[in-house]
Amino acid sequence: MDSEKTRKERTLSEDPERRPEVKRLQSRQPSPPVATGSEAQGITIEGLSAFYGSFKAVTDASMNIQANKVTALIGPSGCGKSTFLRCLNRMHEVIPGARAEGCVRLGDQDIYAKGSDPVKIRQRVGMVFQKPNPFSKSIYENVAWGARINGYRGNMDELVERSLRQAAIWDEVKDRLKESGMGLSGGQQQRLCIARTLAVEPEVILMDEPASALDPVSTQKIEDTMEELKKRYTVVIVTHNMQQAARISDYTGFFYIEHMGDPGRLWEFDATDKIFSNPERKETEDYVTGRFG
Amino acid sequence: MTQSSTRRTQTEGRPEPGADFRTSTSVRYGLDRLFTGLVFIATIIGLIVLAVLLVDVAIDGIPRLSWDFITSFPSSFPDNAGIYPALLGSLWLLALTTLISVPLGIGAAIYLEEYAPDSRINRLIEINISNLAGVPSIIYGLLGLGIFVNFLGPITGGRSIISGALTLALLILPVIIIAAREALRAIPNAVREGGMALGATRWEVIRSHLLPMALPGALTGTILALSRAIGETAPLIVVGAATFITFAPEGPRDAYSALPIQIFSWVSQPQAGFAVAAAAGIVVLMAVLVLANSFAIWLRNKYQRRG
Repeated sequence: MDSEKTRKERTLSEDPERRPEVKRLQSRQPSPPVATGSEAQGITIEGLSAFYGSFKAVTDASMNIQANKVTALIGPSGCGKSTFLRCLNRMHEVIPGARAEGCVRLGDQDIYAKGSDPVKIRQRVGMVFQKPNPFSKSIYENVAWGARINGYRGNMDELVERSLRQAAIWDEVKDRLKESGMGLSGGQQQRLCIARTLAVEPEVILMDEPASALDPVSTQKIEDTMEELKKRYTVVIVTHNMQQAARISDYTGFFYIEHMGDPGRLWEFDATDKIFSNPERKETEDYVTGRFG
Repeated sequence: MTQSSTRRTQTEGRPEPGADFRTSTSVRYGLDRLFTGLVFIATIIGLIVLAVLLVDVAIDGIPRLSWDFITSFPSSFPDNAGIYPALLGSLWLLALTTLISVPLGIGAAIYLEEYAPDSRINRLIEINISNLAGVPSIIYGLLGLGIFVNFLGPITGGRSIISGALTLALLILPVIIIAAREALRAIPNAVREGGMALGATRWEVIRSHLLPMALPGALTGTILALSRAIGETAPLIVVGAATFITFAPEGPRDAYSALPIQIFSWVSQPQAGFAVAAAAGIVVLMAVLVLANSFAIWLRNKYQRRG
C-alpha cells in the first residue's frame, strides 16, 4: 500500500504533463505567447454584441473579469445576461443563427480570433447550466467522460475522486459511482455537473443560474463550493437571486434594458459592495433594492 | 343544491369558493368510463381480426409443416413441394437489407438532425423523405429493375439477391430515417450543450450520448420497417425473384426466391395441395418474422436498460 503510493508520487513528479506547478512556472516567464496549463485566467471583454439572427440581444458590453474572483451578473429576465455568459466560451454560437461580435480575451488569447478553436476554448472555460443535465451514464462516467475525450492521460480514478470532492458531492456518491447519474436528486445532479466541469481542468467556470432549480439546502451547498472554487478558478455566475450575488461575488455586473425591444446593456459593473451599497446609476439601485424586477 | 345555497349564506354576499361549480362528478366519471370502453373495443377488434386470420392459416398449414417441408425444394407435385430455397432467400434478403438500410438510414438521420443547417434545400429534402415513405412499393420495384437489375447488372448479377435487397433497402430507408430522426429529436438539447461545454466535438457527443439514447427509438422504427420488407411481394416480382428454383442461393449474386413469392406462386396453382403448402409457407414466414422481431426487441431492451 505504502510502496504503491510512493510510486505514484514519483511518477507524478517525473511527468511534467501532470505537474501543474511546472506549467505555472512556465507561464510566469516573460511574455508567454499563449497561456498554458490550468492556472486561473481573467477575461477581458471589449465591445461585445450578441445576436440571434437579426435580433440583437446584447450590445456593446465591456468588462474586466478578474482571475480567482467570483463575478456575478444580475438583471431582469431577458436582458441578455445568459447570452453574454454563453459568449464567453463560444457556446452562444451553437444555437442556429446565433453569432457574436467584439473582442473576448482569455488571458492573452482572443477567443473570437480567426483560427481560435471553440472546442479548445470550451475545455478551458467550463460551463454549468441552469437545469442540471447529467449524462444518462454512471456517476463515474459522467465525470470521466469529458476528461477522456480531452485526452487526459493521468489516473482517472484519482481525477474523478478529486473532482467530486471539489464539488462537495464525494461523500454522497462514493459508494455508488457505478449507478446512473440520473438517479441523483436535483441538487446532487447539479453538483455532479460541477464535478464534471472541474474534471477537464478549466481555467474559468461559467455558471448560468446554477441554483435556480434547487431547494435552499442544495443552494447553500453550491454556494459553499463556489467559495472553494474561486481559490483555483475564475468564476462567473448569472443569478436572479440578489442575496446570492451579494453573498458570494466579489464583482457584480448589472444588465438592463431601458426600452422594450432594445438590446440588453451592461448598465453598471463594479465591486459587489459598491453595487449593493452605493451604485452610480438609479436603475441599478432600484433593482438591487428590489424596487422593480 | 341545498348545500351550496347554505354555503352561500355563510359569508356576506360573496359566494363560498367553488359554490359556482357543479358539485356532482358522476356525469364526468360516466363519460370517462364510456371512453374507456370505446378504446377497449377498438383494441379488441384489431386483435380479433388478427387472431382469426392466424388461427385459420394455422389450421390449414400446421398439419403440412414438417422438417421435410422446410428442407425440400419446390416441386410440381404439391405433396413433395418444400420451401427451403425460398426460406434461405428470405433470410439472405433480411440480412442484406438490414446491413444496407440501417447504417444509411441512421446516418442520414444524424446528418439531417444534427449537422444540416436549416436551409431551403434541407427542408426540401426533409419533405421529400416523408413523401418517399408513402410511395407504393411497386414503384420501388420498377426503380430497382431499372437501376440494380439492368443498369448495374454487371455488378449485381442482374436478378440476384443483392438487387432484391437493395430494392427493399430503398423501400424502407425513409421509414428508418424518419424513426431515427424522431428519436434524436426527442433528446433534450441540454445533453448536446452539456457535452459541448466540456470541449467535445459534435461527433463525440453523438457517439457517446446521442446514439445510445436514440437507439431504442430508432430500433423500434427499424423493426417495423424490416418486418414490412420481409413480407413484401410486389417489388420482388418486378426485380425478378424466381417462383420456381431448384438450387439454394449461396451468395448475394445468386438467383433467389423469397417466402412471399413462393406463397404467392403456390396460391395461384389450381391444385388444392398447393393451397395447403401456401398456408404452411405463411406459418414459416410468420415464424421468421416473430424471430427477427424478438431479436430486435431484445437488442432494444438491452440498450434501454444500459441508458
